[in-house]
Amino acid sequence: MRKPLIAYIVSAAVLLTAVGLGVSIGSVHVPISTLWNQGADTTATNILWKIRMPRVILAGLVGASLAIAGAAFQGLLKNPLADPYTLGVSSGASVGAVMTLFFGISIPFLGLYTLPVFSMVGAAITMFVVLGFAKLVDRGLNMETIILTGIIFGSFLGSVLSLMIALTGEELRQIISWLLGSVSMRGWNYINMILPFTIIGSLLLWMNRRELNAMLFGEDRAKHLGVDVKRRKLVILIGGSILTGAAVSVSGTIGFVGLVVPHMTRLIWGSDHRHLLTLSFMNGATLLIICDLIARTIISPTELPVGVITAFIGAPVFAFIFYRQRKGGTA
Amino acid sequence: MLHVQGLTGGYGKELIVKNVSFDVQPGEILGILGPNGSGKSTLLKMISGILPKQAGSVKIADRDADSYSPKEFARNVAVLPQMHAHAFSHTVKATVELGRYPYQTGLFSSWTTEDEAAVTHAMERTGVTRYENTLIESLSGGEQQRVFVAQALAQQAPLLLLDEPTNHLDIAYQQQLLDTVRSLAVDEGKTVVSVFHDVNLAALYCDRLLLMENGEIAKIGSPQDVVREPIIQSVYKAAVKTQAHPELPKPQMTLLPSMNDSVEVPLVVDETQFTVTADSVQFHAPHSLKTVSSAVHNPGTGWYTTFVNRHVDANYECDDVKKEMEDYLEKSGHHLTDTVGMMTAVQTLHVEIASFADEGVSIVIAVTAGVGNAVDVSMAREREAHVGTINTWIIVNGRLSDEAFIQAMITATEAKTRALQTEKVLDPLTGTQATGTSTDSLLVAATQIGQELPYAGPITPLGKLIGTGVYECTIRAIQTYKEAKGWKG
Repeated sequence: MRKPLIAYIVSAAVLLTAVGLGVSIGSVHVPISTLWNQGADTTATNILWKIRMPRVILAGLVGASLAIAGAAFQGLLKNPLADPYTLGVSSGASVGAVMTLFFGISIPFLGLYTLPVFSMVGAAITMFVVLGFAKLVDRGLNMETIILTGIIFGSFLGSVLSLMIALTGEELRQIISWLLGSVSMRGWNYINMILPFTIIGSLLLWMNRRELNAMLFGEDRAKHLGVDVKRRKLVILIGGSILTGAAVSVSGTIGFVGLVVPHMTRLIWGSDHRHLLTLSFMNGATLLIICDLIARTIISPTELPVGVITAFIGAPVFAFIFYRQRKGGTA
Repeated sequence: MLHVQGLTGGYGKELIVKNVSFDVQPGEILGILGPNGSGKSTLLKMISGILPKQAGSVKIADRDADSYSPKEFARNVAVLPQMHAHAFSHTVKATVELGRYPYQTGLFSSWTTEDEAAVTHAMERTGVTRYENTLIESLSGGEQQRVFVAQALAQQAPLLLLDEPTNHLDIAYQQQLLDTVRSLAVDEGKTVVSVFHDVNLAALYCDRLLLMENGEIAKIGSPQDVVREPIIQSVYKAAVKTQAHPELPKPQMTLLPSMNDSVEVPLVVDETQFTVTADSVQFHAPHSLKTVSSAVHNPGTGWYTTFVNRHVDANYECDDVKKEMEDYLEKSGHHLTDTVGMMTAVQTLHVEIASFADEGVSIVIAVTAGVGNAVDVSMAREREAHVGTINTWIIVNGRLSDEAFIQAMITATEAKTRALQTEKVLDPLTGTQATGTSTDSLLVAATQIGQELPYAGPITPLGKLIGTGVYECTIRAIQTYKEAKGWKG
């Protein structure tokens, strides 16, 4: 990390700008001053606080969760192509979430949190199955092995989802649009749903920032440096699953945020997890806020699902990283 | 410091290390050697806790290794792994800082001045301070390895475990790294256990060596005890020859390649292959001869094809004789590394060259002799040295052992002295019988093809030839010299 302080200032500034743009731009222009101007127009205040702000914050939380989870997965697996989406973890979370909707599961004391909790359980199970299977295939856990396994399980879970959707009938359209990944029309409720998990998951990962640094040199090396590898790995995988599950439960599968953001952040500010995790968190929020802004304005009045935009940006970046890795360069 | 008792284990059910026991004391370097698959890296992994053991115990500082927490273990044992590539890159400083991980406690893991001092010291010690903000991936292999040494040093652990630390390093870095390791042991009392691939490096730097074979200890002891031809040959299944290090009391080994392709037609040297001019006596062999000599150019032991005995003026004087000799040889079109060069004030045209053969052994002898500086060695006091005056070459068709070379030189010297006696050459200062001149030179070269000639003492077939040959040639050469000088014989 070359200039940590500058990195934080720049990232925070960009994030605030994104929030500002996010709340003011749209079918109706809302001046940013509405935020603090008590005597502002009631319609503008309503749009800002009831529609735009929750949407922007939700986008920010989802982006932040996916990005920090991606950064941790990449560090843990020493694999620049790992992110909740490519590992199939997002699909697992989706299956968990859709099952909750499909069977109308509601666990009394979980209430509002039934959906995210099932989603996280889906994410965690997928995570362990994917890694377990990959390890069975190739003890060395090669980059390609993990990604291929992720794709295999992702496709399988995708077909499970299709089956459930086909069986639902009337709620079909809602589930599909949810699956494509969107943060629109969610409201403050959803923020309440994701926020605690974003905080817990991020803290779990942040507590392992040094361990992630050590694990970049391999698990054996980390062990030599005094890292309790087994325990730390478990905590990191659980933290990542919590974040992915929570994000998917409020917004569906939004791909590539967890891939692109840590990659870009690492490229600019270095791969020291003491800063990379926090910076990816901030930049992830920024990216998704901006992608969402584009999604709802680019072919206005029609809205695109934000997952379309992230995939549009993410897939070429994925290809680029893959190319660089295979050519012997490092990401 | 490290006590290993009956250590047994491996991957899965397969036992790779079987019942290995040894101790290492503080300040000691133990090298683990063995062929590929002998279990040396596995042994190290079991000591460092990466692989589980199936039987036996590892005690570090009188405490069972299993009783340490991961961080405690890392404060007591630092491991330097084999080099490998990494997916992401840290800066050098951040990498070295990870060595302080075992000292970090609490959620916010406050960084203390001690941590900073340990990191600074480790980076200075390994000379990587100037790279501190560079990404390790942009450093060369040797520099990267130094960064990892710094990381291990920052752990400030009394026990260092190294796994083939010099892999992929060029020789300058190998030396730097191992010199550092050596001084860590000697100056700071660290205990070092290192796996080596290279027997010679291990012999140079380790106090003791542990040689593994099929997971068991084949031999443990000082380098002199372990690096011995029969042991290395039987464990490594390779033809080797050991010899002493030229500067240090450490054994070194060299491979003996099975090359039968070098010479199709066996070389037989005879006197017709010599070129004699007023400037020099030269002999040029079609392939290298193993040579021991006291020549001016390329003295000592070596393999050479060209032999030059050069005539210089009796008043020849030069500050840097070796340099002047090199210039001469180069000017005459000789390849410096292939050539042995002597000089003499005697007319080279007066050289005595003769072949001698008996009992299937054949040699060629060439002598140039002048006795102006004759000396009785038993009466020798300080005298001014002049240009060498009896130069003797003995070229043997056969395969000589090391002792045969030395015996050949003794025999030749005795024969030369006998010849001076016969010719009644006196030491002009003392008037007593001379034994040689002040700067005589001797050269023994052998084709190292054909017959084995293990000895060259005076009653062996080879020794007899050398004795009589040198005696006869020297007498004739002295007589020629006397005639030329107008002395009466």
